[in-house]
Amino acid sequence: MDPSQFQRIAPHRWQLPPTGGMRVPAVIIADEELIAAMDDKVGQQIRNVACLPGIVRAAYAMPDAHWGYGFPIGGVAAFDPDEGGVISAGGVGFDISCGVRLLATDLTADQVRGRQQDFAHELSRAIPAGVGSRGLIHLDDAGMDAMLSRGAAWAVAEGYGDAEDLARIEEQGCMTGATPELVSEKAKRRQRDEMGTLGSGNHYLEVQEVAQVFDKEAAAAYGLSKGQAVVMIHCGSRGLGHQIGTEYLREMALAAPGHGIALPDRELACAPIASPLGQRYLGVMRAGINCALANRQILTYLARAVLERFFPGVRAPLLYDVSHNTCKEETHEIDGTPRRLFVHRKGATRAFGPGMGHMPPPLSAIGQPVLIGGSMGTESWVLAGDARSEAAALSSACHGAGRAMSRHQAARTWTGSGIQNDLAAQGIIIKSPSRRGIAEEAPGAYKDVTRVVEVAEKAGLARRVARLRPLICIKG
Amino acid sequence: MSGDGNPADWTHFPHEGDVGVRGFGRDMAEAFENTARAMTAVVVPLDLIRRERVIPVTCRAADPAILLLDWLNAVIYIMATEKMLFCDFRVRIDGETLEGEMEGENVVPERHEPSVELKGATLTELAVYRQADGRWFAQCVVDV
Repeated sequence: MDPSQFQRIAPHRWQLPPTGGMRVPAVIIADEELIAAMDDKVGQQIRNVACLPGIVRAAYAMPDAHWGYGFPIGGVAAFDPDEGGVISAGGVGFDISCGVRLLATDLTADQVRGRQQDFAHELSRAIPAGVGSRGLIHLDDAGMDAMLSRGAAWAVAEGYGDAEDLARIEEQGCMTGATPELVSEKAKRRQRDEMGTLGSGNHYLEVQEVAQVFDKEAAAAYGLSKGQAVVMIHCGSRGLGHQIGTEYLREMALAAPGHGIALPDRELACAPIASPLGQRYLGVMRAGINCALANRQILTYLARAVLERFFPGVRAPLLYDVSHNTCKEETHEIDGTPRRLFVHRKGATRAFGPGMGHMPPPLSAIGQPVLIGGSMGTESWVLAGDARSEAAALSSACHGAGRAMSRHQAARTWTGSGIQNDLAAQGIIIKSPSRRGIAEEAPGAYKDVTRVVEVAEKAGLARRVARLRPLICIKG
Repeated sequence: MSGDGNPADWTHFPHEGDVGVRGFGRDMAEAFENTARAMTAVVVPLDLIRRERVIPVTCRAADPAILLLDWLNAVIYIMATEKMLFCDFRVRIDGETLEGEMEGENVVPERHEPSVELKGATLTELAVYRQADGRWFAQCVVDV
């Protein structure tokens, strides 16, 4: 995308003033090189989002933005229900509440290296991953509704994890306002065998080493130190979320004219928050969030069980769990006035600064942990929400690297076994049921996450705390 | 394109995060069949899938583009819930109604090594039309 079509209003902030149907400016937070690497569709999509009714302040694209459906991936937009604001199924995405969590073990990376092959093998046996995999938990109707109502709190009550985990999850592990009774039977059926499964594509469970600490005070508060072994889990709401997205994208697209909404593109399918359809989606989307939180909690339980078998007495407390595909009701100060808004973050992470949100004391003083998943074989990051992020982008930050190459091109460029061998030579073990899947997820198919993170810091979205290097990657 | 089936009948097109699928045909129904082949080939080469079960499906929509969306999402739903992969598709369209069949087998991870899960067909780049040369064209972006 040509950066010259935007006005540079700060070193890492580019703006397109409202023109045509745009109600607010479109803002891209990036540097010239990152913008140049973005598809032209990112610019078109962020301009389209700026046209939606009730949007407040600006439509934002994060430094890792790329072409999505409706909203760009890496898109942030807030809507005021009292001004006809909308909620968009495309603005949340199919993988509702896809997110990342990090377990800060009391092991060193060297301890893991000593048993790396066997540990990787056992993790790959314990974590259901890949197309066609089934979870070990099969919920009846009542169990499904309880899970969709209570999220990770349900999982903990069922014995999957510890009560103290819940304080380290956004919304304390339970998204209120979920309406399981409105979730379709098809969505529930699609989830029936998928509780506690990782999925495929860019979802993974990684054992990583804290390779570098950038902010000692924040790292100490987060329980991180150089050379420590940590476990990162990246996945979402599985089949249930995918089916909710499928159903509501269609319904919102067809209902938009009836709501008097002229969509710049049908892919922006949305409904007024205050409408029956908007309220119905809000309730089922929240159930989808709970499904993702419960799923990551079960995977945590499975990972801890393998850890305990290999390293008896090990501790692996949850550092934090973030979701990066959501719409959440939050209060933000707009032109000096607090306003209740519905904030869509599609491939973007909430990044509350110190004192914001409901975080336990050690985290609250530092700012919300912002967990940035790398691509297979490349580094991941722990950032801390920056107080300046509220003004910069409604307390939001990036979520990952973003693809630089299509899956098809990647599969033609690399082989799965070649990638496995290359990474093994670097001390990284990859376990996956699909060699083609490994090739499609080759590290070279992704943009440079380090640059994305550096720009996020310079732009005041979140500051760097620690860099994580993979040791073991379990992929679908 | 993976090289499965007739390369002239279906193809993939690039999308940064996901995958674009496109099918062609002598009529709309054949274009829909080939779009489903393109979509399955995102997951696994079609020639690795055996013909062991036939699953019927019915969709209804007034708008041909929404009918394509519904057809592809019906395929995805059966793949997800029955843990199946499909290599062949047969479609009949009568007005607003699509009657289809898909033929394939249960996923065998060791043999198929499916590369990625299909989450849903999107409205992005969604299009169905008759080209100037008389052939039908159908496409959309699928979230993976």
